[in-house]
Amino acid sequence: MSANLESELFVFVLATFVGFEVIRRVSPLLHTPLMSLTNAISAISLVGSIVIAGAEKSQLSTILGTIAVVCSMANVVGGFVITDRMLKMFKKRGPGK
Amino acid sequence: MIETYFIQVTYITAAAAFILSLKWLSHPTTARRGVRVGELGMVLAIVGTLVHHEIVSYQWILVGFVLGSAIGLPMAVWMPMTHVPQRTALSHAFGALAAALVGTAEYYLHTEELSTFTMTALSLEVVLGFLTFTGSLMAFGKLQDLVPSRPVVYKGQNVVNLSLLAVAVGIAVYLVLNPGRTELFPAVAALSLLFGVLLIIPIGGADMPTVISLLNSYAGLSAAAMGFVLDNKLLIVAGALDGSSGFILSVIMCRAMNRSFTNVLFGGFGQVRVAAGQVEQRSVRNATPEEAAQILEAAGSVIVVPGYGMAVAQAQHKVRELYDALTRRGVDVRFAIHPVAGRMPGHMNVLLAEADIPYDRLVEMEEINPDFARADVALVIGANDVTNPAARHDTTSPIYGMPILDVDKARTVMVIKRSMSPGFAGIDNELYYMDKTMMLFGDAKSFVGELLKELSGTRVGA
Repeated sequence: MSANLESELFVFVLATFVGFEVIRRVSPLLHTPLMSLTNAISAISLVGSIVIAGAEKSQLSTILGTIAVVCSMANVVGGFVITDRMLKMFKKRGPGK
Repeated sequence: MIETYFIQVTYITAAAAFILSLKWLSHPTTARRGVRVGELGMVLAIVGTLVHHEIVSYQWILVGFVLGSAIGLPMAVWMPMTHVPQRTALSHAFGALAAALVGTAEYYLHTEELSTFTMTALSLEVVLGFLTFTGSLMAFGKLQDLVPSRPVVYKGQNVVNLSLLAVAVGIAVYLVLNPGRTELFPAVAALSLLFGVLLIIPIGGADMPTVISLLNSYAGLSAAAMGFVLDNKLLIVAGALDGSSGFILSVIMCRAMNRSFTNVLFGGFGQVRVAAGQVEQRSVRNATPEEAAQILEAAGSVIVVPGYGMAVAQAQHKVRELYDALTRRGVDVRFAIHPVAGRMPGHMNVLLAEADIPYDRLVEMEEINPDFARADVALVIGANDVTNPAARHDTTSPIYGMPILDVDKARTVMVIKRSMSPGFAGIDNELYYMDKTMMLFGDAKSFVGELLKELSGTRVGA
């Protein structure tokens, strides 16, 4: 456990720093797509929900797990689709204008 | 063994894909590639998870996939761009609820085996998850006008809220030390749910960009906490990325309004303003569409300052036509974007991009401010407080110190406005009384339409 804990904290700290560095560079122009994309990415909590819904260890856990799968899946699908829909609209000045 | 190996490989690849995805998002030319690689990472991780040995049946997983897609997809495809903040608030709510429910399930499944550390992470996951869930629903309600979007404040509010949180945290700490006391768990959940509601009630519509970013950060942190509970490093990475992104955005939003976190959350901005009626009656210069169109046509450079009022009036497409009409006449038209224009970070850019305004014409505040002095016309549409020069010099003004767009430096200032009513902060804008300011009274959409009519009346010179 303690070895796990140590490496997990390690991962958390490093990922936070990477996050800061990468996201600082995102142009304010794209802050709305940024939020919907990070939202979709953090919906990776889907993988936790999948195991709980599929393990069927108790009725309660299956119900909670299934609801969690619904919520995360809505974010995965919705988040990526709307991010792409927004990014498609960002166009540079076309020729002939 | 081979299965664990497979899962680990997909997870590590997914983590790398997510980081790359955010990296590519930094610029509009590579951003869509970023979405692709993010999707790839997601699919990999899901496939990897499906072979997990604990899964005995796929029935409910499938149900969840179908239902979730049925909820998420229509919202993403048909939601109008003006409603993106609402969708974002809802997705924070979904994400947080998922984390909270997984935490709850884990707690009841493994009550006996939870170590102190796991239980700490689990409590954090559940408290943050539930409070973000109801908080985001409240934010959604305010954005959608289901709940009054003005700040609802009462005496002793902060004391009530903070003691409520303190009780929730207190019980959670007790649970960490005594995980067996299952009867206390629902109390923690209920108090967190309640706190989320109370936290957002006093926050006004204009503070939504900060609040949404903050909720974004909370949702990310609860996902990361879930990673600690489930021993899943991919979740920790994704949650940390989301959490730091939300945090950075909230800091940017706070700075753009010259306020602190505590001030946004506990300040109840805008409720104790003196009635705006008592300002002395100063005269403003009222102008017709015809006069305004003549000046715009003769201008060399025009900077448009769009605010949320423009989006409310649904005027962005008319504004694009105005942009086209002026550009055709050789006028250099650019848009000055204040960081808090709109209801979430970057919202105004999306609205203008949707109206087909090229993104290289959208300029951030710091970049465009020096150019106002050289601009012939600054055309303010539906923006107010972010153009008020009082923020620079009037120490008694509630918005003193807030970074503003230097609209008053332009040669001529035009303000399209419904009436002389003040902005959300209830502050009179001295910009309107300057000699070079022309007030164009009317609805943004119809007024810009009239400007267009005037412009098309005069032929374009060869």
